[in-house]
Amino acid sequence: MDPVLAGVLQLLALIAALALAHVPLGACMARVYSSDKHWRVEKWIYRGIGVDPDTEMRWPAYLRGVLAFSAVSVFFLYLLQRFQGHLPGSLGFKSIDPDQAFNTAASFVTNTNWQSYYGEQTMGHVVQTAGLAVQNFVSAAVGIAVAVALVRGFARSRTGELGNFWSDLVRGTVRVLLPLSVVAAIVLVACGVIQNFSGIHEVGRFMGGQQQWNGGAVASQEAIKEIGTNGGGYFNANSAHPFENPTPFTNLFEIFLLLVIPFSLTRTFGIMVGSRKQGYAILATMVTIWVGFIALMMWTEFAHHGPAPQIAGGAMEGKETRIGVGASSIFAVSTTLTSTGAVDSFHSSFTGLGGGITMLGMQLGEIAPGGTGSGLYGMLIMAVIAVFIAGLMVGRTPEYLGKKIGTREIKFAACYILITPALVLVFTAAAMALPTPAHSMTNTGAHGFSEILYAYTSAGNNNGSAFAGLNADTQWFNSTLGLAMVLGRFLPMVFVLALAGSLAEQKPVPATAGTLRTEKPLFTGLLVGAILIITGLTYFPALALGPLAEGLAS
Amino acid sequence: MTTRTERHEDSMPTATPTRAPHVDVRTGHKPAEGRVGAGLFDPKQLLKSLPDAFRKLDPRVMVKSPVMFVVWIGSLLTTVFSFKDPGDWFGWTISAWLWLTVVFANLAEAVAEGRGKAQADTLRKAKTDTVARRLVGETEERVPGTELRIGDLVVCEAGDVIAGDGDVVEGVASVDESAITGESAPVIRESGGDRSAVTGGTKVLSDRIVIRITTKPGETFIDRMINLVEGAARQKTPNEIALNILLASLTIVFLLAVATLPPFADYAGTHLTTVVLVALLVCLIPTTIGALLSAIGIAGMDRLVQRNVLAMSGRAVEAAGDVSTLLLDKTGTITLGNRQASEFVPVSGATEAELADAAQLSSLADETPEGRSVVVLAKEKYALRERGQGELTGAEWIAFTAQTRMSGVDVDGRRIRKGAAGSVVAWVREQGGEVSEDAGALTDRISGAGGTPLLVAVEDTDGARVLGVIHLKDVVKDGMRERFDELRRMGIKTVMITGDNPLTAKAIAEEAGVDDFLAEATPEDKMALIKREQAGGKLVAMTGDGTNDAPALAQADVGVAMNTGTSAAKEAGNMVDLDSNPTKLIEIVEIGKQLLITRGALTTFSIANDVAKYFAIIPALFAAVYPGLDKLNVMRLSSPDSAILSAVIFNALIIIALVPLSLRGVQYRPVSADRMLRRNLTIYGIGGLIAPFVGLKLIDLLISLIPGIG
Repeated sequence: MDPVLAGVLQLLALIAALALAHVPLGACMARVYSSDKHWRVEKWIYRGIGVDPDTEMRWPAYLRGVLAFSAVSVFFLYLLQRFQGHLPGSLGFKSIDPDQAFNTAASFVTNTNWQSYYGEQTMGHVVQTAGLAVQNFVSAAVGIAVAVALVRGFARSRTGELGNFWSDLVRGTVRVLLPLSVVAAIVLVACGVIQNFSGIHEVGRFMGGQQQWNGGAVASQEAIKEIGTNGGGYFNANSAHPFENPTPFTNLFEIFLLLVIPFSLTRTFGIMVGSRKQGYAILATMVTIWVGFIALMMWTEFAHHGPAPQIAGGAMEGKETRIGVGASSIFAVSTTLTSTGAVDSFHSSFTGLGGGITMLGMQLGEIAPGGTGSGLYGMLIMAVIAVFIAGLMVGRTPEYLGKKIGTREIKFAACYILITPALVLVFTAAAMALPTPAHSMTNTGAHGFSEILYAYTSAGNNNGSAFAGLNADTQWFNSTLGLAMVLGRFLPMVFVLALAGSLAEQKPVPATAGTLRTEKPLFTGLLVGAILIITGLTYFPALALGPLAEGLAS
Repeated sequence: MTTRTERHEDSMPTATPTRAPHVDVRTGHKPAEGRVGAGLFDPKQLLKSLPDAFRKLDPRVMVKSPVMFVVWIGSLLTTVFSFKDPGDWFGWTISAWLWLTVVFANLAEAVAEGRGKAQADTLRKAKTDTVARRLVGETEERVPGTELRIGDLVVCEAGDVIAGDGDVVEGVASVDESAITGESAPVIRESGGDRSAVTGGTKVLSDRIVIRITTKPGETFIDRMINLVEGAARQKTPNEIALNILLASLTIVFLLAVATLPPFADYAGTHLTTVVLVALLVCLIPTTIGALLSAIGIAGMDRLVQRNVLAMSGRAVEAAGDVSTLLLDKTGTITLGNRQASEFVPVSGATEAELADAAQLSSLADETPEGRSVVVLAKEKYALRERGQGELTGAEWIAFTAQTRMSGVDVDGRRIRKGAAGSVVAWVREQGGEVSEDAGALTDRISGAGGTPLLVAVEDTDGARVLGVIHLKDVVKDGMRERFDELRRMGIKTVMITGDNPLTAKAIAEEAGVDDFLAEATPEDKMALIKREQAGGKLVAMTGDGTNDAPALAQADVGVAMNTGTSAAKEAGNMVDLDSNPTKLIEIVEIGKQLLITRGALTTFSIANDVAKYFAIIPALFAAVYPGLDKLNVMRLSSPDSAILSAVIFNALIIIALVPLSLRGVQYRPVSADRMLRRNLTIYGIGGLIAPFVGLKLIDLLISLIPGIG
């Protein structure tokens, strides 16, 4: 079959599957976060950690919960790595150095899953399962909790109460992520992904070197890696590794998994604010950007520039033959437009423009559809900004979902959109201005710059994918990337929750004929435009010196 | 549309505050070319305001506008760097255009303020040091107006200028209020009731009144008015603050994008000069809206002043745009002030012609509007020529009195009476006549339909009898129904407030097409209605003039007090309509909307402009090291220097080009939010994307003609 046609058909199949799945999953999540009944196992957890799951929290309390839980998580994961050498079941790996342990702890707690280590050569079973896998669940649940808190801010009035963080965290884990992961893991095992606790196998010598294969609980890790938009692979090669992603079907299935919760949350949002149409408008915005990016990516990757791509029928460098150009393009766009960061091909080896598309995807703030929870709240913040400008153009103080976007609300939204550009650009500039960080580059010229720009883009936006090529296991990169991940995750959450609190205190404004209709295609178009212009333009000069310079050279 | 400003040759109002063309009281409509947006703009104003624009370069003034302050600092930087390298024509040219960008922004504000200043000067003349005749016990003493205190009693006689705001406590006088309202016809001010308030600076034309001073000197109505039109009391409104925050955050984002560029460029192998970096920054930050934001706000207030409405705060103007419920007084707003005769209904046994003739005769001497309307109806419908009172020899005219509640005429042996049903029936019985059976039914029918019945009776050779009924009804002003339909499309609910009984109220409400009505309304009812609407999240606007309106005016989000009203009402409201025309509330709403739309449209335009500027500047900066980037030079600009310069020049010129729009406000039509958004998004969003591509190319073409460049 023609590879372009194959790519398009896979995309259509993916869209159909997501369209079918998002309806029940979205409705289910709405019920999960609105129910006032606790499961027995949840009650045990609440008793175990000593919290009352029924106390309504105002935004500062909710934020304290998020921050306290995350701080404890970072600390625990850090210690686990530092003492790995003394723990049983560590496959004989030694303890992790402080800078890398901090980087990894920050990375997994912030749902980034940036890895400056080789999984199969560094982390034993204990750290992988008790540390990293646990964070894969709870960091995703934290993201959804914050998004749900913001949705409650829109849905509730005259209260300021945003729900209970502990209950949202536990329910997200127990009722959404765990069941989905179990089903997904079984499917993956059935399709050939490994799942065992066996050790390291010496498997002879290929290409002159010694080859080792690790066993491990890969399928279960793989399931939550995608479902929780985490992206940290069991193996360094991530989803390009045949143990993680053996067939074209598992590849498509993994893309489905990493998109399903972010897309479904738009329906949850629609149900919780009492207007499914509003959910569709947000969904349409996400889909427009996502499909547009995939189309661009396929166009640039299938374009036959240069002899090698012409012979291979597309830019095959860095892509798996069993997956192909089309599916690799879909994976690359989906993983960078969500906060997943799993890869089934090497972004560094994409065409210059293709590499640029992966970066721009992250730089948009990962909101189409974005990470679990973080995608929805990021998109709603952009909607608030778009509503503010568009609302003025219809001659009223802007309103969104019956809530006024006044000085306080715009202040929080404006602070939110400042954070990641500041982190990405300032850290990249520092790395370029200092003498040593540039030594980590593998390439020179524009491509070398892209490696560093990509690294900070990925960390600041909590993506976690790497451009490959950059040696990020240095003290500088471990520390600054770790810092970028922590700040890029929790500072925006502060403003999201503050905004949610402010919205929840308001009384609702009834909709009239003079109200801006945010469920109409016109608004979706405006929102897409605002996202591309406001966040996209920020990075244009930097992109011009990296991927654009490279991609337009030929 | 012409206004006084244009009619004056010197283009500035000198004699009186500018007045919008008079609203046609009958229809409430102004000429067709747009009800709001009567702004006007004379290029001469730019020149006049130039000195002010330079004065505003003071950093203490500049810092108030964060976006333009960044440009100001940028201009300073490029100038300093140009001094270091005096041979660099490029640096000097960029610096010059950056300074021009700042000056243009200041100019926009200065022009907007200039229009208010002229009005303030006029008002100051009215305020010239008046001497007050203060009453101390029985004696008078002459004190300067500035020494008056609250509670002082002041005497004013014909020719005196009233020294301060107050209430008339004794006497009646006609007062010339043209200094404030621009209306030359004198008004009556009398003690007690709703016409007791007088304003400092106005002139007593006749009689003698004693005034109790109610405001401190310096805080009088005229002082506040001067402050308002001058913009001295101008505070940023909530929405303006919110927009400023968004603009500031965009500025910071672009500042980061530009400030982090040098290390990237150094790595790429090209050095960016400070001049180029500043140029890039200024092009990217939202200077267009940043420059025009305050002018838009001032011009919005000014548009109200042109309509003789004084908003006590900009907040009120913005709230007007958000109003979702309008409370409108029936009389004067929805209906003409007086009821009019609409038909003659004879009782059985009498003819219409007979009734019309009698009705006309009885009304000839009746100079009330109701009386005149009977004569007019008789003429229009029954072709009865109006007879002069002198034509009827020997006629004896009976005037209306509160006791008899009838008027009429005795002529040629006929005695005709017209009046309230009870009185006329009693008179007929008194004369020994008998009242037709159906007279009662007729009056009931008219009352039921919301009208007022007047019985007409005659006593002649056939004896005394009732002829029929005149149907007096409230006449809804022309065009009101269309107006309310428009408001409905804008999402605004109209509620008619009336003292009439529910039956009458309902009939008029249906005829006028309002959404709801409040009958037999007491001030408490009004207050309760406002609170109910507000509890539902709605913003309420109303007009009022009486003292008992004051609490409701204070409670409403937009309370427009009539200038003829009491000082309590004026204190309570957040706007005062100097024309005392309640229909104006609708225009106030439109002006509020227009203000917000203008801000949104220019913000959209400003942000959309950035795309083209990137396509000009990025290839100019980096095509030398990465030749592939020249593909981004879609406009094929002639040289890197020319590209950057074109972007900076376009950025500066677009400010001047948009000054008229920001003063006038973008065109406003009462349509639904959807259509309005589509329209504005097309013009200012898509237009904002495309316009700079064209503009940059044109400027580049011109620059490339200059020898030595390009």
